[in-house]
Amino acid sequence: MDKVVARGGIWIAVMLVALVAAATAKDAGFSIHMTIVAFTALVIMAIGVSKADYSTIARGVLRMPSGETTYDDDPVRWGVLATVFWGIVGFLVGLYIALQLAFPALNLGLEYTTFGRLRPLHTSAVVFAFGGNALIATSFYVVQRTCRARLAFPGIARFVFWGYQMFLVLAASGYVLGITQSREYAEPEWYVDLWLTIVWVLYGAVFVGTLLKRKEPHIYVANWFYLSFIITIAMLHILNNLAVPVSWTGSLSYSAFSGVQDALVQWWYGHNAVAFFLTVPFLAMMYYFVPKQAQRPIYSYRLSILHFWSLIFLYIWAGPHHLHYTALPDWAQTLGMVFSVILWMPSWGGMINGLMTLNGAWDKVRTDPIIRMMVVALAFYGMATFEGPMLSVKVVNSLSHYTDWTIGHVHAGALGWNGMITFAAVYYLVPRLWNRERLYSLRMVNWHFWLATLGIVFYASAMWVAGVTQGLMWREYGADGYLVNSFVDTVAALHPMYLLRAFGGVLYLAGGVLMVVNVWRTIQGRQREEAPMSSAPYDAAADRPIAPAPAE
Amino acid sequence: MANDKLASGSRLDEATGTQTVGHEWDGIEELDTPMPRWWLWAFYATIVWGIAYVIAYPAWPMIDRATEGVLGWSSRGQLATEIAEQDKARAATVAALADMPIEKLPDDPALMRAAVAGGRAAFKVNCVQCHGAGAAGSIGYPNLNDDDWLWGGNLKEIEYTIIHGTRQPGGKDTHTSLMPAFGRDQMLTDGQISAVADHVLSLSGRAKPNATGAQIFADNCAACHGADGKGDRQFGAPNLADAIWLYGGSKAQVVQQISNARLGVMPAWGGRLDPVTIKMLAAYVHSLGGGEAFAATAAAPGETAAAQAGAVPQEAGDVRP
Repeated sequence: MDKVVARGGIWIAVMLVALVAAATAKDAGFSIHMTIVAFTALVIMAIGVSKADYSTIARGVLRMPSGETTYDDDPVRWGVLATVFWGIVGFLVGLYIALQLAFPALNLGLEYTTFGRLRPLHTSAVVFAFGGNALIATSFYVVQRTCRARLAFPGIARFVFWGYQMFLVLAASGYVLGITQSREYAEPEWYVDLWLTIVWVLYGAVFVGTLLKRKEPHIYVANWFYLSFIITIAMLHILNNLAVPVSWTGSLSYSAFSGVQDALVQWWYGHNAVAFFLTVPFLAMMYYFVPKQAQRPIYSYRLSILHFWSLIFLYIWAGPHHLHYTALPDWAQTLGMVFSVILWMPSWGGMINGLMTLNGAWDKVRTDPIIRMMVVALAFYGMATFEGPMLSVKVVNSLSHYTDWTIGHVHAGALGWNGMITFAAVYYLVPRLWNRERLYSLRMVNWHFWLATLGIVFYASAMWVAGVTQGLMWREYGADGYLVNSFVDTVAALHPMYLLRAFGGVLYLAGGVLMVVNVWRTIQGRQREEAPMSSAPYDAAADRPIAPAPAE
Repeated sequence: MANDKLASGSRLDEATGTQTVGHEWDGIEELDTPMPRWWLWAFYATIVWGIAYVIAYPAWPMIDRATEGVLGWSSRGQLATEIAEQDKARAATVAALADMPIEKLPDDPALMRAAVAGGRAAFKVNCVQCHGAGAAGSIGYPNLNDDDWLWGGNLKEIEYTIIHGTRQPGGKDTHTSLMPAFGRDQMLTDGQISAVADHVLSLSGRAKPNATGAQIFADNCAACHGADGKGDRQFGAPNLADAIWLYGGSKAQVVQQISNARLGVMPAWGGRLDPVTIKMLAAYVHSLGGGEAFAATAAAPGETAAAQAGAVPQEAGDVRP
């Protein structure tokens, strides 16, 4: 009882501090954020002192298996649910801002719903909320199984999950309220960054602790990738977000860097968010879920070593290619371009190892939509990691930079690679985590696969055409030696492409909705009555020896 | 790799005929397949290319500067070269335009066409933000396609407006005029403003004549806008008797302008753009359809407009009949 009272006291203290901060805040956004913190503390305290066991109730509603399970999978289950939830949020906001680009009236004339505020909401929701939850959840799942050990610090693991959700809520609400430090993929302000730093260091502690507890002699390749992700993201996050707050009770801060140095730090971070958040740990997912689903050995151990070390060594230098033909010194631009081009083969090493793992199981592409998702994910990974080095070449970049080609490129990677491999992992995990015999419906997975694939095709091809159109129009000189187009001419020319892109988004979101239904019904333990994905036709009438017809 | 280096669990994978490495994690094994040759050689090739590139181009940061690369390339150098090429192609036109007084420009149709082409490009960069891509303007920003001019519509007058701007803060020779805020400053009552708005609208047949309004107009507005409301270019006072409206022609919009006059500002471009570009812009704006001839020169306005109509694909927009 004393313990409960002591804990309650701590949460009351947190709540009071947050309320004082809210009351004395220098700006409305900070005040609202501190109110959210105070409210969260109040809820946690209420749960703690109340007699009702909310944890058990929630587990009942979500049908989570009770009792001690072989591995510590509760944080994984929460993570999978959060992945699905944030995925839908991210896709929906993405579709909305795509429509805003086609129909500016959808900005609604409100500061909260302008493109400028909703875009970071979209990018963070898909990258850090959908992707991040998938990574935390799968890393907890994979590290336990490939180490044959339970999570090192179960309490901290739960804190990591909920603390990360707190970060996401503060980040997302902050964008809408206009709190931003205007750094690409690192918009949250200083106090949210500090909170994420704490959560992330503890995440690293859980992961490394579990690695140290391992009962296997060697560390599996997936865990090298997860580990490099956790370590490098910590380094990137801290350095990029070095800033001086204007006030301890205000949201505004100023970066430690300025001018072109600031631009370089931002893109060193920005590109490595792509590298160490969207590539490296997703390769970790690939290295576990592809061989498990295909039930085949990894194609080449040697390739996995060489491509891992070359990938992480090269990727960290590639950022300056975002600043071609800017005030950044030429030598730094060269650095970014050269390392990006050399990165091509190390990136493809992961694709080869994933695809060739299907050697001996290629027939499953026909029958297993989850394998199909993995194959398409790897194909888009290969395509995006060819396109990336190509776009980093200065002469190509001078056409593609600042155009929608970049948007198409990042979405081929994000929708195709990150999205598809995550969907596949979710479909793999849900029946196993909830002890179900199978998914509610494999045919819905197939529908999801086709909707998502078609959506990506619409999205990427529309943006290729849009980007090249835009780049060519910007640089078009007439015979008389003068520029032909004004900027707004190029905007008007892109309108049909923006419609096609939004249509692709509709398809992708529709696939996501099917996933929600499928996951939810699987959790409920239902199984859809459906014809199997593949079965050779059986004709009972023909299944007998030929008997000569008796004479009449 | 020889089999004896593999761990004890190594076995031959039947489907591929390859040996496994011998480790196993949660049922996952790894094959000991050598790295694909093409992959390895492509990787080596990019590395060799990278080494060559960093010798050829600026790459290695030293103490106070980076290596310049044996090709001597720099991004600033490339830009300077490309701009110089473009400048060279235009040099003859630019030189001719620099020497040509703008009044004489219509006498040289070829040069006029070149000036209009250059002006169109400069307009797209500098002017479309306010006047619109088709130069049709919007509320508060004049339409340049019509023949209704606030400060004068011949080449010289247009050039003057571009150089000095309108109400440019601190501009010595900028166009300036001040319409009083009759409502905000309580010079007229709401009822009087409504009446005078009706009178203004009646000038173009948009409302019934209003005698009270006409009297108020004569007392307060005619000094600038003229007794018949046809405006006065000396003050940049718009013509109120036509169908063209700077701040909108609905009753509410007219009432708003009378009550709380907005005073549009156009920057003085004299210090930002070179004289030839300004000349080109003047020629382009003049060519849009409403350019006026000089009173002194013989060329009729119709001729000038017709000569340039072919070179100007812009829509004429809101041209008053």
